[in-house]
Amino acid sequence: TVKRLFSTSHSSVDSKEMKKFQLLAHKWWDEEGEYSALHSMNDIRVPFIRDTLLNMSSNYHLGNPLSGVKILDVGCGGGLLSEPLGRLGASVTGIDPLEDNIRTADQHKSFDPVLAKRIQYKSSSLEEIVEESMETFDVIVASEVVEHVADLEMFIRCCSQVLKPEGSLFITTINKTQLSYILGIVVAEKILGIVPEGTHEWEKFVTPEELERLLESNGFSVKTVNGMLYNPFWGLWSWMESTSINYAVHAVKSGAQGQSSPTDALSEMESEQHSATAGTAV
Amino acid sequence: LGHDIHFHDKKIALLEAGPRKEYDRMPDSYSNRVSSISPGSATLLSSFGAWDHVCSLRLKPFRRMQVWDACSEAMIVFEKDDLDDMGYIVENDVIMSALTKQLDAVADRVEVFYRSRAVRYTWPLPSHSCDTSPWVQIELADGRRLQTKLLIGADGHNSVVRKEAEIKNIEHRYDQSAVVATLHLSEATDNNVAWQRFLPTGPIALLPLSDTASSLVWSTSHEHASELLAMDEESFVDSINSAFWSNVNHTDFIDTAGAMFRSAISLLKPSGTAVRQLPPSIAKVDPESRAMFPLGMGHAIEYVQHRVALIGDAAHRVHPLAGQGVNLGFGDIACLAHHLSAAAFNGSDLGSLRHLLKFETERQRHNVSLIAATDVLKRLYSTRLAPLVLLRTWGLQATNALPPVKVRI
Repeated sequence: TVKRLFSTSHSSVDSKEMKKFQLLAHKWWDEEGEYSALHSMNDIRVPFIRDTLLNMSSNYHLGNPLSGVKILDVGCGGGLLSEPLGRLGASVTGIDPLEDNIRTADQHKSFDPVLAKRIQYKSSSLEEIVEESMETFDVIVASEVVEHVADLEMFIRCCSQVLKPEGSLFITTINKTQLSYILGIVVAEKILGIVPEGTHEWEKFVTPEELERLLESNGFSVKTVNGMLYNPFWGLWSWMESTSINYAVHAVKSGAQGQSSPTDALSEMESEQHSATAGTAV
Repeated sequence: LGHDIHFHDKKIALLEAGPRKEYDRMPDSYSNRVSSISPGSATLLSSFGAWDHVCSLRLKPFRRMQVWDACSEAMIVFEKDDLDDMGYIVENDVIMSALTKQLDAVADRVEVFYRSRAVRYTWPLPSHSCDTSPWVQIELADGRRLQTKLLIGADGHNSVVRKEAEIKNIEHRYDQSAVVATLHLSEATDNNVAWQRFLPTGPIALLPLSDTASSLVWSTSHEHASELLAMDEESFVDSINSAFWSNVNHTDFIDTAGAMFRSAISLLKPSGTAVRQLPPSIAKVDPESRAMFPLGMGHAIEYVQHRVALIGDAAHRVHPLAGQGVNLGFGDIACLAHHLSAAAFNGSDLGSLRHLLKFETERQRHNVSLIAATDVLKRLYSTRLAPLVLLRTWGLQATNALPPVKVRI
């Protein structure tokens, strides 16, 4: 569908942003390339999503931890996050407004017979699927997306509409601080080239307080906010107390009663892997 | 891996060149191929239920290890103060049978192709391109084709996987062959000690199999090895006994120097010299049990590549003098399984270098020092030259007297 490229006021998609990603559409799966920081972010964001969901549920199988969970990956890009979630057993729908991204993602998953069935990609914006997907998903993941979005409040409202009651929303994004300007833009883009230049605009970064406010006022209850840190020397991500640069949020859509409970942000986050893996260590 | 819970949904294929080996009862005679299994390896085997099968077939635990020099009186004894076993002597066939039983238990996840051989490997291109599959393609001799996300090469020191992946290997052939045989002792004894004597031609070791039988591993020159195989059984037994008992290589100089050092140590540390036990004498050798194979050292420059990992002798090969070869391989397995399990629980692509490199770093750090040390020991003990004999005599005596160093070993 072509209309998304022209609509602005009724869409959360920013066309300028899309042009930036167009150029890199085929670079997604080079683990050492432009997107290497996103590849290595999987090492903390996948366990974060996995463990949060496991903690909330009582019957699961460690060999297939996300089996039966329907996940929407908004702004899935080349499918970097959809694939691991699919491997863990979830049924993933990945949407991205850029057709080239979806093409790359579709092609990459096609070689794996298991993933090909578990993941479906669609070239679409979030608003476009709202009507057909009301309250369909158990989980929405919007990782490194909200800093590229034109209308954040509408984005969150759409998330709420396609999410089942008590469903989870996971967001990772960049804070709007002096530090994030220096590290996230000057150093990351211009000096070290961790992120392709021009990818981010500091003006569009969102502070955790603002994000929380928007979430809470749209029917979500924020459960966890945690800071993330990228070490460019080793190419590794880790959790940290301060949210001044990157951070992750877990929020839950209120149940049918429509009440939103007060924020109880937990600052401790379990970043260790689930203890079952210790069984194979000698 | 087949028993790992995070691998519940995965499919594993095992290509085995040999036939299926499973025993319910071991034959009366012992096989001449045995391994010294460390407690750590035993723990690995029990983590997926294989050790129980080994115990129910047969094995021999040993409590003590005595190592001494042919050129001097120097000796070192390893033993555990508590009643734990130091290690176990197990026939290779027993281990194979135990593994086969446990493989059967996960047959829905692990498919074993017996008597199979891979004839061609097709590697994925490093940068992901459109049409070709990003997985490793394997063609078998019988024409079947397999594709996989991760190929693990466990095919020995002449690894085809390693060669096809163009991973460079540092290798060196020792001028030695090992002679193995199954021996019968002159008289029944507790036989819970492993003996090793360093002769100038190479170390000779006696590993206990039962109260009346032991396994021989004698590393020596190629010519001597061939002679040993060719001679009649009586002469063979005589050679072994004299190798362990004769003092022909002693010189007065070394003996005196050694004795002086020992007195010095006993002044400083009264309990520093241990009691020398005498190895058992051999009565006869099992016919047909004599065999020999050449020895060498090898180490692959890389253990991993995109979608490939090497373990065991494919990655590293050592001299049998330390009895560590198979244990290094088991250590590789434990480490790789740990990293793969974690990767599976993270939903990662199993062939991704990110976690394979962690395995490589961990194991190379551990293996390189042990391989180098084994090589140095082999060279140090291959000579009669007085200065080096003195060095190793004093070194051995000192090490024997120092508990912290011995514990580390």
